[in-house]
Amino acid sequence: MELWLTILEQGLIFGIMTLGVYITYKILDFPDLTVDGSFPLGAAVAASLLQSGINPFIATILSFGAGALAGGVTGILHTKLKITNLLSSILVMIGLYSINLRVMGKANIPLFQEKTIFTNDLMPIYIIAFITIFMKICLDLFLKTKLGFLLKATGDNPKLITSLGIDIGTIKIMALMLANGLVALSGAIMAQHQRFADVGMGTGVIVMGLAAIILGETVLKNIPFIYATTMAIIGSILYKASTAFALKLGFPATDLKLITAIIVVIALALRYKDIKLPWRFKELLGGGSSATNTESI
Amino acid sequence: MLQIQNLYKTFQRNTINEKTIFSNFKVDINKGDFITVIGSNGAGKSTLLNLISGAIQADEGNIILNKKDLIQLPEHKRSKIISRVFQDPSFGTSPSMTILENLSMAVNKGKKFNLSMGVYKENIPRFKEVLSQLSLGLENMIDTKVGMLSGGQRQALSLVMATISNPDLLLLDEHTAALDPKTSERIVELTEKIVLDKNITTLMVTHNLHQAINQGNRLLMLHQGEIILDIKGEEKKSLTIEKLLSYFDKIQDNQFISDRLLFS
Repeated sequence: MELWLTILEQGLIFGIMTLGVYITYKILDFPDLTVDGSFPLGAAVAASLLQSGINPFIATILSFGAGALAGGVTGILHTKLKITNLLSSILVMIGLYSINLRVMGKANIPLFQEKTIFTNDLMPIYIIAFITIFMKICLDLFLKTKLGFLLKATGDNPKLITSLGIDIGTIKIMALMLANGLVALSGAIMAQHQRFADVGMGTGVIVMGLAAIILGETVLKNIPFIYATTMAIIGSILYKASTAFALKLGFPATDLKLITAIIVVIALALRYKDIKLPWRFKELLGGGSSATNTESI
Repeated sequence: MLQIQNLYKTFQRNTINEKTIFSNFKVDINKGDFITVIGSNGAGKSTLLNLISGAIQADEGNIILNKKDLIQLPEHKRSKIISRVFQDPSFGTSPSMTILENLSMAVNKGKKFNLSMGVYKENIPRFKEVLSQLSLGLENMIDTKVGMLSGGQRQALSLVMATISNPDLLLLDEHTAALDPKTSERIVELTEKIVLDKNITTLMVTHNLHQAINQGNRLLMLHQGEIILDIKGEEKKSLTIEKLLSYFDKIQDNQFISDRLLFS
């Protein structure tokens, strides 16, 4: 039971990060490695603010802002200086490593005395679930607005955005800010949950995010009318469960990154295979759901 | 209405591959004109549309639309008053979004894209009416993703999206070339209907001489960056393919002769 609760908590915290990666990777089609730097940035900002006694909720919100700034820099490098998308995000990721050390002042900040968002009578899972679901609903609503439509169309067909009279660079910068804000928020909550912030806690976060998205898609794609954001969050929980399962099998914790990579490979390999699930909505509804995957053409 | 003056464009300037497309190019277009543009490959037809839309920046010159010089404006700012339909049907729409969502974006062109709802239900009857004029049955599938549509359906939708916001100028860049003959004909009919109904000033580049002759009130033939033929009014109405072909032959004869002289 304890294990399942931990999986759920961690899965939901990483779920917020996954929402961010979903924006860049799935919607914008932008391989954004900034994430590996903005996740610990969120943790670093939250931890150092908490140390100086700031209200934990304000500290958490400010960490969102810090992540948004980092994403904004990636966006400006890409759109204004015309550096390729992958390279501009790698540059910001590397730069953030030093910035995170500056923010924290040292490589590791323990948070045992400080008040955090979990310092109250509520069980952590309720707080985490509330924040994650709240962010998910906000993102779902945002994607239904005019601006959200532009974001979706940007990844789909950049030419359309220009012909609508919109500067595509602005939309990309905005999307990267939003995505990295979410990632930093996730990092801030993670630091408070595990009660420390570490400069190395961002390594491989992007791969975890991808793993969660692909896993969620692979397993849940046959469910009709499911939101992609829901798939991302459930994917994140599934990912956490599968790593926990691997550890249970007796792998040492140091193998975790390798296991992550293997999970991604397996999920990618299975992506276009029709997995037979015990629940088969497709048959119940009479095949009307086959239009969910329309990426091609 | 649209005046292009002293337009210059050279590609790969100062290299061995330097290619001057336009040198002191000029043309005057009246409001409501529906102009077909023909010419052999490399004549500068697509470059002309790209220069007007801002996809390519000119070296020099003025492009004046409604008394406003566009030459310094980036493409996305010009797009607020200029619409364009490309040869590739996938360029005009967002495939992972529904017809309704695509139209909702198009109708908002030139206005603010803010945090208000992307789809207004009040617009649906209007969209359905516009789509029903296409007679393609699209009005009954507004919640279908555009990626599921055929090339012809997509191009028809692109055309509707380009014109629903009543642009000052419509640029059609061989917009039927990627379609089968029958669909191509249908799209040309629709183009004419929409353009005449809405009285939109239009430049249509085409390789199809039938289309060039039957559509519009003025025909321009480009060759090596110059207008070598400008037919309008009554003369345009009496134009035949034979006459047009004889012009084509004349150009090619000239080239042939010059080549022959060169090699003799």
